[in-house]
Amino acid sequence: MDFSHLVVIAVSSIFINNFVLGRFLGICPFVGVSKKLDSAVGMGMAVIFVMTLASIVTYTIQKFILDPYDIQYLQTIAFILVIASLVQFIEMFMKKNMPSLYSALGIFLPLITTNCAVLGVAILNIDSTWADGTKYNFIESAWNGFTGGVGFTVALVLMAGIRERLELADIPESMKGLPIAFVTSALIAMAFLGFSGMSIM
Amino acid sequence: MSMMKNLTKGFFKENPVLVLALGLCPSLAVTTSIENGIGMGLAATAVLVGSSAIVSLLKKFIPGSVRIPIFIVIIATFVTMIDLTLQAFIPALSKSLGLFIPLIVVNCIILGRAEAYASKNSVFDSIIDAIGMGIGFTIALVLISSVREFTGTGSLLGYPLFQLMGIEGFKGSIMMILPPGGFLTMGLILAFMQWNRLRKKAKEGGR
Repeated sequence: MDFSHLVVIAVSSIFINNFVLGRFLGICPFVGVSKKLDSAVGMGMAVIFVMTLASIVTYTIQKFILDPYDIQYLQTIAFILVIASLVQFIEMFMKKNMPSLYSALGIFLPLITTNCAVLGVAILNIDSTWADGTKYNFIESAWNGFTGGVGFTVALVLMAGIRERLELADIPESMKGLPIAFVTSALIAMAFLGFSGMSIM
Repeated sequence: MSMMKNLTKGFFKENPVLVLALGLCPSLAVTTSIENGIGMGLAATAVLVGSSAIVSLLKKFIPGSVRIPIFIVIIATFVTMIDLTLQAFIPALSKSLGLFIPLIVVNCIILGRAEAYASKNSVFDSIIDAIGMGIGFTIALVLISSVREFTGTGSLLGYPLFQLMGIEGFKGSIMMILPPGGFLTMGLILAFMQWNRLRKKAKEGGR
C-alpha cells in the first residue's frame, strides 16, 4: 500500500482534474442546485457519501463478478443498476434510521442516480492506471470516490457563493439565469486551470 | 400534432440542450472538435430512437412504480450495443469520446423523453419524436463544437481555414479547447437564445 498514491489521487481529483471544472462530470446538478449555499452544501455531502459507497460497491462487482466470469461488456448495465439500487437503499435506510440526516439530504438523493459523476467515477476507477501500468486497488478506488466527491463539493460551494451575490447584481436581462452561471463557471474553471501546472507524480 | 411538427419541434423550439438545458455534460465535454460533436450526437440519437421505441412498445407492461429502473436498463442495453459497435467499427471516435459513451446512460435527454413522451404515446410517434430530439441534440453539439474548434484551433472539421487562405502562423486560443472554453461558449450561446426569446416577446407585446 503506497501512501503517496493516496496523496496523488486527492490532489488530482480535487484540484488538477476537478470532476466538474476539469472533467465535465456532474454539470446538471452543478448548475441546478447551486442557487443557494445551504442546498449546495447538502447536495455536496450527499454526493460525497454516494460516490464513496458507489466506488466501493462497483469495484467489488468488477473484481468478483465481472472479471472472474469474463463479462466485462456488461459493465455499464451492472454499474448503473447497482448505483440506482444503492441510492434507493440509502434513501430507505436514512428515512428509517436517521430522520434528521434524511431531512437534510433526502431531497437530493433521487437526483444523484442520474449524476454522471457517480457513474463516471465508477468507470474511471476501473480504467485508470498508474505510470507503471498497475490499476487502482480497492482502497485507492474508494479514496478516489471520496476525493472526487470533495472536488465536486468544492466547485458547487464556490459556485453557490458567487451565485448568491449575483442575484443582487444588475446584469443584462438576456444574461440572467443560466447564461451568467455558465460564464461564471468559465471564470472559475480558468482559475482551476492554474493547478494544471502542478505535478506530483 | 402533425408528424412534421412532431419531428421538427426538437430542432430549435424545444431543443434539448439550448432550450431545455438537458444533457449538459456531454455537450460541454466532447465538443472540442466538430467530428466528436457529430459522433456523440449520432450515438445519442441511436440510443434515443432505440430506447424510445422499446419503452413505447412496453408501456402497457411496465408497472408505474418501478418504471425508472426499467427505463434505465433498456437505455443501458442500447448504450452497450452502441459502445461495442463503435469500438469495433470506428475505434478512433470511440477512443476520443472515451468515458462519455457509457455515460450516455445518465444523459437526462434520453430518460426525459422515455418518461415524458415514449411512455405515453404510440411507437411511431415516439420514434419520430426521438429522431427530432436526437437531431436537435446533434445540432446543438455541432453549434458549440464549431465555435470551439474555430476559435481554439482555427480550423473547421479538421481543415485549417487560416492556412488555406494563406495566413501562415495562425495559432488558436488553447483556452477554448480546454474546459473554460466549453463553459464560456455554452454561456454565450444560451445568452443569445435568451436575448432572442426576449426580443420576440417584446415584439408580440408591442403589437
